[in-house]
Amino acid sequence: MRAIKPRSRGLESENVVTIDTDSAPRILFYGEDFLCEDLPIGTRVIYPNRPIAGLPNPRAAIRYALNHPEESDPLHALLYPGMKVTIALDDISLPLPPMVRPDIRETILDIVLEMLTDHGVDDIHIIIATSLHRRMADFEIRRMVGDKVFDAYAPDRLYNHDACDPDGMVTLGRTKHNEVVETNKRAADSDLVIYVNINLVPMDGGHKSVGVGLCGYESLKAHHTPKAIVESKSFMDPKHSALNHSVERIGRVCDEHMKVFHIETALNSRMFSGPMSFLMKNEDDFSEMDRMKFQAIKFALDRTPRALRREIFMRVPSPYELIAVHAGKTEPTHEKILAKCFEQYVVPVEGQADILITGIPYISPYNVNSKALNPLLVQVMALGYFFHMYRNKPLVKKGGVMIVTHPCSDAFDADHHPSYIEFFNRLLPETRDAYTLEKKYQDEFAYNPSYVEMYRRGNAYHGAHPFFMWYWGQAGREHLQDGGGKVIVVGSDNSTVPKLLGWERAKTLSEAIAMGRSHMGRSAQITMLHQPPILMTDVI
Amino acid sequence: MHPVLKKPNRAAFYDVDGTLIQTNIVHAFAWYAQHQPTLSGSLIKSAKTALSIPMFLIADKLSRKVFNQLFYGYYAGEPEDRLLVLAEELFEDVIKPSIFPRAKDLIEESRRAGMRQVLISGGLDFTVRPLARYLGVDDFIANTLEFENGYATGYLGKPFVAGATKSVIMRDYAAQHGLDLGECHAYSDSYSDTPMLTVVGHPTAVNPDFRLRTVARSYDWPIIDLRGDSRDKPARRRA
Repeated sequence: MRAIKPRSRGLESENVVTIDTDSAPRILFYGEDFLCEDLPIGTRVIYPNRPIAGLPNPRAAIRYALNHPEESDPLHALLYPGMKVTIALDDISLPLPPMVRPDIRETILDIVLEMLTDHGVDDIHIIIATSLHRRMADFEIRRMVGDKVFDAYAPDRLYNHDACDPDGMVTLGRTKHNEVVETNKRAADSDLVIYVNINLVPMDGGHKSVGVGLCGYESLKAHHTPKAIVESKSFMDPKHSALNHSVERIGRVCDEHMKVFHIETALNSRMFSGPMSFLMKNEDDFSEMDRMKFQAIKFALDRTPRALRREIFMRVPSPYELIAVHAGKTEPTHEKILAKCFEQYVVPVEGQADILITGIPYISPYNVNSKALNPLLVQVMALGYFFHMYRNKPLVKKGGVMIVTHPCSDAFDADHHPSYIEFFNRLLPETRDAYTLEKKYQDEFAYNPSYVEMYRRGNAYHGAHPFFMWYWGQAGREHLQDGGGKVIVVGSDNSTVPKLLGWERAKTLSEAIAMGRSHMGRSAQITMLHQPPILMTDVI
Repeated sequence: MHPVLKKPNRAAFYDVDGTLIQTNIVHAFAWYAQHQPTLSGSLIKSAKTALSIPMFLIADKLSRKVFNQLFYGYYAGEPEDRLLVLAEELFEDVIKPSIFPRAKDLIEESRRAGMRQVLISGGLDFTVRPLARYLGVDDFIANTLEFENGYATGYLGKPFVAGATKSVIMRDYAAQHGLDLGECHAYSDSYSDTPMLTVVGHPTAVNPDFRLRTVARSYDWPIIDLRGDSRDKPARRRA
């Protein structure tokens, strides 16, 4: 591994850097480790925007938002003694990695609960809007809402949503597209639902909060389909997302039956700090200290077992800061937050790449505190999230090559992802066709009594969740592999996983690039997406 | 909203003792021992049962089959009508309070998924019958005691419902009812039931003992716990 040394000349752009003869090697995530690789001259490296400065007084900003809401009366004006209020919160999948304490949800809850108490409201339930995600454990909820709220409300008035509770769910009706609208009964029976959201990526928030966070399987399966994903260009661009359009229809039906007061927040992209702060920098700008930090971390990681590496990474919270908070009616509130999200994440890029390189980190929205980023989640990070981080056009051309770096170990967390194991080992060897899988097996997994039990009382993702993860990658698969292109994984520690995913293997990044060039031509345009932290390209 | 899947050839097979209920066949026998027609009879039978427990434990470690043969010998001489009549009382006093709180939910969920519900137990048929009725299952398979002139001989009818035999019985049952075992589910708590779990396409370890937990982890079978305290119950609270 060549030492990272600063380049002598200046950069042509802060976000888009072209590799030259004197460029430093680039750091890529490789699961719970890093790769430090030289890239071919001419490669574009796309960096995220710098984190927007956090609001100087988040508590004041939250109070201002509650008192000056969008197209709604202020929160205090909606309250009266004896009313029934449900507060719903985003779950542990946001933000990633979990933020330093106090979590922004704790800060908002403090303010909102104080206001409710002041207005004589004492019938308050706090529901973690897990949708079909796993139940959060007590220690995770405590970390999210803070000790004071947890001790006062858990477990009777602070709990996880249960989408499989036949007595706890209610069907509100159908949309004009015949989508079933199921929601949490307690929320539906409440005089007011206050939703506390975190927007980390543009697909979060808006009607997705109530319409998905509190829904049931029959409601979710209306839009979590391969068809909806393929018709979403991309699902990170709500205006062009068929998935989002369906969620909006469902959310609007919810709004007809429920009084929802939405509190949305946007966080900046300050994902790493302290010893990991070098990950937020362009490698050409590394100081001696940055190089030492990286070398020290790499040295330690290389000598640490994977499970311990994972534990260490999971224990490093992110110093995210609040950059915007708005409240009120769902749609206008979301519009303002979305604008701030795009301001943080969008990087304009000229032209698509023939070969796209990106590292896959140890974490995804679906494996916080899990024992592994299992193969299906590696797939969803590559072909789902990272592929979809675009507006206008995908960053990689149709039929192009995507190179990802991850060990792709055949490792699953049997408590968190039991149905993933069956999906991966039983279904993928039969077919990778998402449409066939949906038709033939999705309901079987969804209504498997063991998976239902593990979802309801254990800490497992819903039985149908691996299907949704596979569909998440469908647009990427069709764009790349069905278009004649390929996905190449660098550093896979086995051949089974890439084979089942339909990917090719390369031992090194250089080998993968050579394979990509042999497919796309010697003059192929190579682009590296330098993330995390998160970025979204606006390809023109 | 719970569509029944179009797969009528599916069933769920449940072991009973330790899986759906906390008690086992020894509890049932001990209860019968305590309820002899005379006080002295009850005392003698109870004492004999208590003293035999170490032997039962050793036999169970050796083989479930040996255990059953040894254990059911203690029923020798019991009048048939008495066993049958007291079975209802046994259910109310001993079995019903020991049903795991989530057992009914699991069966209900399985029924909603369109599966035939079958108990397969090493217990005696007359003790399992009231439980099967209470749980609303479609069928049950259990051991039968042989009777002669209205009195138990202490021998079980064949085949014994235990260990590997359970899988053979399940195969026969599936053939008889047109079930596809690959589509069927099975639930058990005990390593001795590994054969019945391996014969179906969807095995699940329920409240597993150490050895079954190890097997389940090795084969990536789902593991569920129907016991748990109230904190683990569905987090549904309504005003």
